Amino acid sequence: MAWNDKRPLSPHLQHYKMPLTAYLSIAHRAAGIVNSAAIVMLVLLITSAAGSPSSYEFMAGIAGSWFGKLVLFGFTLTLYYHMANGIRHLFWDIGRGLDLEDAKKSGNVCLIAAGVLSLITWMVALAS
Amino acid sequence: MSNYRTPLSRVKGLGSAKEGTDHFWMQRLTAIALVPLVLWLAFSIASLPGMDYVSIREWLSQPFSAIVMILFMTAGFYHSRLGLQVVIEDYIGSHGPRTAAIIAVTFIAVALGITGVFSVLRIAFAS
Repeated sequence: MAWNDKRPLSPHLQHYKMPLTAYLSIAHRAAGIVNSAAIVMLVLLITSAAGSPSSYEFMAGIAGSWFGKLVLFGFTLTLYYHMANGIRHLFWDIGRGLDLEDAKKSGNVCLIAAGVLSLITWMVALAS
Repeated sequence: MSNYRTPLSRVKGLGSAKEGTDHFWMQRLTAIALVPLVLWLAFSIASLPGMDYVSIREWLSQPFSAIVMILFMTAGFYHSRLGLQVVIEDYIGSHGPRTAAIIAVTFIAVALGITGVFSVLRIAFAS
């Protein structure tokens, strides 16, 4: 069959260069999954604090190591990104910001918000 | 097969059990609740004087902190359970494993949510 019809093709994921908005969409789901792990960690930490000091010291020792802090910084990024992009979704739900240009702009806003809020949170943490 | 649904029931967008929009609605409802709760959680933990045993327990023994933490855990696990359900439905094709995964995620979310709430209450009511 000759390939001469002009209908748009569904993007082939291995060849199609995805736009930023597509990566942001995938990142929203990925961040949501990471946040599910984060809330589990939070429960483990608080449950250990509800127990003996030694059980808490064990959990806090893991969280306070350089690797633990790196993971915690990652959690602040995914939490704030998912929060900001979730607000973007809520605006879409009421029919606002659905134009391509608006979606690109709001996507950039979410990325910047995630970075800035994470940095502010860690500056507060290191200052207090 | 003929369609016995009335035009009114179709246009109202409700399923036969009238819970067709429940997942969508509860996902949005918990999302709105989680915006202030996440900000509170992150900045509360960040502004703790230390991450030691005593500081954590003093923080959660204040009634306001304990109540808001319980709200966060309830909304958080609910929202997480809804989101993970969608992920499972998208990526697990066969019916049996898919249902099993949704049941497992639901049980884990409820069990950990209750554990978290219990732990906060245990700290809050410790004399």
